[in-house]
Amino acid sequence: MKAWLVALAVAACLAPLHATAVQVVDDRGRTIELREPPRRIVTLLPSLTETVCELGACDRLVGVDNFSNWPDRVLRLPHVGGLDDASIEQIVALKPDIVLLSATSRALGRLEGLGLRVMGLELKTLADVRRGLGKVGQLLDVPGAEQVWSRINEEVDAAARTLPAKLRGTTVYYEVGGGYAASESSHIGEILSRVGGANVVPGNLGTVPKLNPEFVVRADPQVIMFSDRNVAELPTRPGWSRIRAVREGRLCAFTAAQGDVIVRPGPRLGESARLMVQCLKGELKGRP
Amino acid sequence: MKREAAPAMPITSEEAVDPAPRSPLSVALVLVAATLLLLAVGTAVGSLGWEPLWSGADTANAILWEIRLPRSMGAWLAGALLGLAGAVAQGLFRNPLADPYLLGSATGAAFGVAVMLVLIGVTPMAAGGWVARLGLTGAGFVGAVVAVLVTLGLARGVQHTLRLLLAGVIVGMLFGALSALVMFRVPDILRSMQAFLLGTTGFLGWGSVGLLGVLFALSVLVAVGFSPALDALALGESTAISLGIPLPKVRVGLVGVMALATGAAVAQVGLIAFIGLLAPHLIRAAVKPTHRWLLPLAALAGGVLLLAADVLARWLLAPQELPVGVLTAILGGGYLLWLMHRRPL
Repeated sequence: MKAWLVALAVAACLAPLHATAVQVVDDRGRTIELREPPRRIVTLLPSLTETVCELGACDRLVGVDNFSNWPDRVLRLPHVGGLDDASIEQIVALKPDIVLLSATSRALGRLEGLGLRVMGLELKTLADVRRGLGKVGQLLDVPGAEQVWSRINEEVDAAARTLPAKLRGTTVYYEVGGGYAASESSHIGEILSRVGGANVVPGNLGTVPKLNPEFVVRADPQVIMFSDRNVAELPTRPGWSRIRAVREGRLCAFTAAQGDVIVRPGPRLGESARLMVQCLKGELKGRP
Repeated sequence: MKREAAPAMPITSEEAVDPAPRSPLSVALVLVAATLLLLAVGTAVGSLGWEPLWSGADTANAILWEIRLPRSMGAWLAGALLGLAGAVAQGLFRNPLADPYLLGSATGAAFGVAVMLVLIGVTPMAAGGWVARLGLTGAGFVGAVVAVLVTLGLARGVQHTLRLLLAGVIVGMLFGALSALVMFRVPDILRSMQAFLLGTTGFLGWGSVGLLGVLFALSVLVAVGFSPALDALALGESTAISLGIPLPKVRVGLVGVMALATGAAVAQVGLIAFIGLLAPHLIRAAVKPTHRWLLPLAALAGGVLLLAADVLARWLLAPQELPVGVLTAILGGGYLLWLMHRRPL
């Protein structure tokens, strides 16, 4: 009987504390207050899905977007649509405590209007990845965000150390498709410079500039990284046969799965760094 | 057959623009001079903006001969094909709003490119085989031809211009929707598709120039050969027939020219807005020529327009590139607005 009373008293003391157990400001500057950490989560961005899982809360996911495909267990979850055309009805039916999505997603307003809690995050640079990890950790009320961040950094540094000194400063052109390049200021460019590659596209042109193809011929990069979708077309562009990377066959065509790792600003950036190092060392060969 | 097929406006605009009309020959000379000037500028504008490379160094030579020259000539040729096709379309359909994309070739080409991008993505290694040989350009051309054939099938031939217009609009919508569907299912191709949909002259090499050049010569010859028929057609179909014009043959020939010219241009440079619509109007605003002059002049004007847009596209934000189709739309739209403002319709 006494134990009951004590338990009640303790609960009574904790209750007001729990009323705002979670308070996070998202990237839109909105404050999200939850009485308890969310137990049912929907994510509408692959990098956010990966972040939630990396923080050990994969089992709290009840739905993800159509592109989320890592880790494997999210493949079994309901896929509620694309990034900008997610099915609102399906999301509402999942009764999530919170929906994590891009801060610029069109679904934001509609979901809020239907009374759902949403957290808008903008992940573009490495700094964003760190901030995103922190905010999602805070929201889920789990520790370890900083550890994940330092593990990513250690992995990136470890990958960088495996690059032989003579390959350091190898000039690289990274094409995301259709003549658009990943510049130094994109997260791809940030990882590339961390592992010792020298991006030929300067950051002041914007993160993903569309370049005059002549620019690449003049920059004459030693290595070209791209998705395997362009494997046939890229070396046949006018004048590109003169580029060192094409002449020497130092082209890395990333597969779709490898491309996912590289283009998603999430917790797998260490693996992205390893892929880039493998490419620089010539262990990943695309066919010219 | 005797019936007027479309309530089309007469092509020969009656408003007196200037009291002393210029001669077509002088306009042609001005356009040829502009072409030569722009070609020279085109070889001097590159990824660093204005930067003539006359040094003769190895790389400089290569950039000049392998990149800038074919790109400039290719842009001119593609523009010329679109200008010619536009003039043919407006004459054939007797409608000043007709443009070369009217038979569905543009959206057909877009669909072809979208499907090819997906195929390359599904089987990247097949990309070394037949996919590579056909390429995005080939796929675009096949798409354009297929769309035009569907349009012709739907219109049951080329003899009813109104049916043909309507079929073209429907086929355009349909193929546009289909490529949107493909992009929706495989969003990976979005960036490459965007480059195509906004038009890009950046990847034109000597191969493209050769192809466009041969097709251009062929199209101009055939189109100019039919020009008396187009002049007669401007007076109405029944008049044309009473003048002894073999309309069925004329239509087949001209639709063929239009489809081929547009298909080739679109496949090489993507969807370039406005050139086909604008070029004939520009010429008609300057001179009042018969089709024998209008067709080649519209081609020249189209070439000058697209080449100018291409030079600006590389120059304005160098080393970044503006999508050339966006520039032509801004320039062309701006000109039309100014024209309407100056001369209320």
